[in-house]
Amino acid sequence: MGKRAAAIVGLSEWAPQRVWDEPMFTLEAIAKLAAECLADAGMEKGELDGILTTSIPESPLFGPSAAAEYLGLRSNFNEVVDLGGATGAGMIWRAAAAIEVGACETALVALPMLPAPPPPEVTRARGPIQMPAYFGADAWGSPQGQFDIPSGLAAATPSFAMAATRYRELYGVEPETLAKVAVQERYNALANPKAIFRDRPITIQDVLDSRLLADPLKLLEAVMPCFGGGAVLLTTAERAKRCTHRPVFVSGFGEHLTHKNLAYAPDIIDTPIRAAAERAFKMAGARRDAIDLASMYDCYTITVLLTIEDAGFCKKGQGQDFIDEHDFRYDRGDWPLNTHGGQLGMGQAGFAGGLSHFTEMVLQIQGRAGKRQLPKCDLAYGNGTGGMLAEQVALILEGA
Amino acid sequence: MAIFASDGRPLPQPTPTTQPFFDAAKKRKLRLQRCPRDGFFYYPRSRCPKCLGDDWTWQDTNGLGEIYSYTVDRIAHDPAFRAFAPFAVALVELDCGPRMTARIADCEVSDLRVGLPVEAHYEDVDDITLVSFRPRTA
Repeated sequence: MGKRAAAIVGLSEWAPQRVWDEPMFTLEAIAKLAAECLADAGMEKGELDGILTTSIPESPLFGPSAAAEYLGLRSNFNEVVDLGGATGAGMIWRAAAAIEVGACETALVALPMLPAPPPPEVTRARGPIQMPAYFGADAWGSPQGQFDIPSGLAAATPSFAMAATRYRELYGVEPETLAKVAVQERYNALANPKAIFRDRPITIQDVLDSRLLADPLKLLEAVMPCFGGGAVLLTTAERAKRCTHRPVFVSGFGEHLTHKNLAYAPDIIDTPIRAAAERAFKMAGARRDAIDLASMYDCYTITVLLTIEDAGFCKKGQGQDFIDEHDFRYDRGDWPLNTHGGQLGMGQAGFAGGLSHFTEMVLQIQGRAGKRQLPKCDLAYGNGTGGMLAEQVALILEGA
Repeated sequence: MAIFASDGRPLPQPTPTTQPFFDAAKKRKLRLQRCPRDGFFYYPRSRCPKCLGDDWTWQDTNGLGEIYSYTVDRIAHDPAFRAFAPFAVALVELDCGPRMTARIADCEVSDLRVGLPVEAHYEDVDDITLVSFRPRTA
């Protein structure tokens, strides 16, 4: 069996929205998520002694200390994690490892993505999310700023499209196969009241007819950027016994990266997921055919295909057959995948989007997934994908 | 912060380490660093990414390669490229080993394919020369 030293015991998740009605600073949002997580777990605020953050706009440096001070913590484990879409997954295993070695007892993973209240001099109307130009990669001396951005390769979609192109030309995949991922995830989203697309079913034809973004990826094969937020609370196995819900052990984990930009990946369609998932399954002592739920990062449909292969559920080149042969729906599926609708169906609230795969695994294992609850869910596999198929974190979660 | 060309594109700002690459491009040469143990590498950097040795030398390559993968950016995901959309961007694997991100010039979209033989192509933009690729003419 895998690790049973640290468990996820509480969570909070805000429904992603295109426009957020109540602007909030990141520190304020972390405080709200902390209060909600502690209440969910049935724990006292004084028990929280670890905090993991990513860059906090109100304190781009010294983030953990800013958060600890704002929340009034006496914190023993303080960490910044910077792994793009894999940040949430990377935070969970770091928190679990810190708890296992005794660095802290209880740690909060919080990833809000909210608009801040506008400064006094700004009267701009509220709008959808805007990402900073180049995510800062045009800084003086940046390799990306000199050798990638000037070629027009600055955003995720064209990079993932290049992975899809190479896959298609080497192994051949029908557009209908990739579209099926989006369609069945959308079906699952219809059973998730927090999903942004909870009331809009789609068909294969809808996906094929949607706008071409970057060949061969279509609009309905890509996530919608949203505001939102999510958090999970971890504590020791001993303390977890006294919490409200079934403890969910972080049974195994793995992390791997080799590149930032896709051009410099050893192989753009044999991804770092392979090494991350292999380590996670080995650590957990879990067999791939024993999992009850797969919760795979799905910024684009092609990401799911590559993840199915590289996480070891089938051989390279056979992912299309796997998708054709399996049903991913929560109620009638033989291989439930992204039962919350994935980010394709739920919306991508910044790094909380990547975290949503794990909050769903926890909800399913705790029997709290509502209409989409699986009849049996004790063991689940999930992963986070950051950047251009770059940062990879795989986690195995297991119910106590 | 990026600097932008008169046509709106973001331009590279060479550093002391990368300047020889851009100087060679201005003279229509694809010049890369070569490590005596591990061969050519790209992008230009202070040490060989395989062995971290710093005894590399600049050497001209034949500028030939093939398309490793590509896409056609239909909507200009970078707004600075709005005037150019739709445009082809590719990863080119050079005969001498490394892979480069580059625009593909002089090529119909329907002619793009993985494995297409390409050659280096040079485009002067304001005061700098950008390396792109085009289908081999010979």
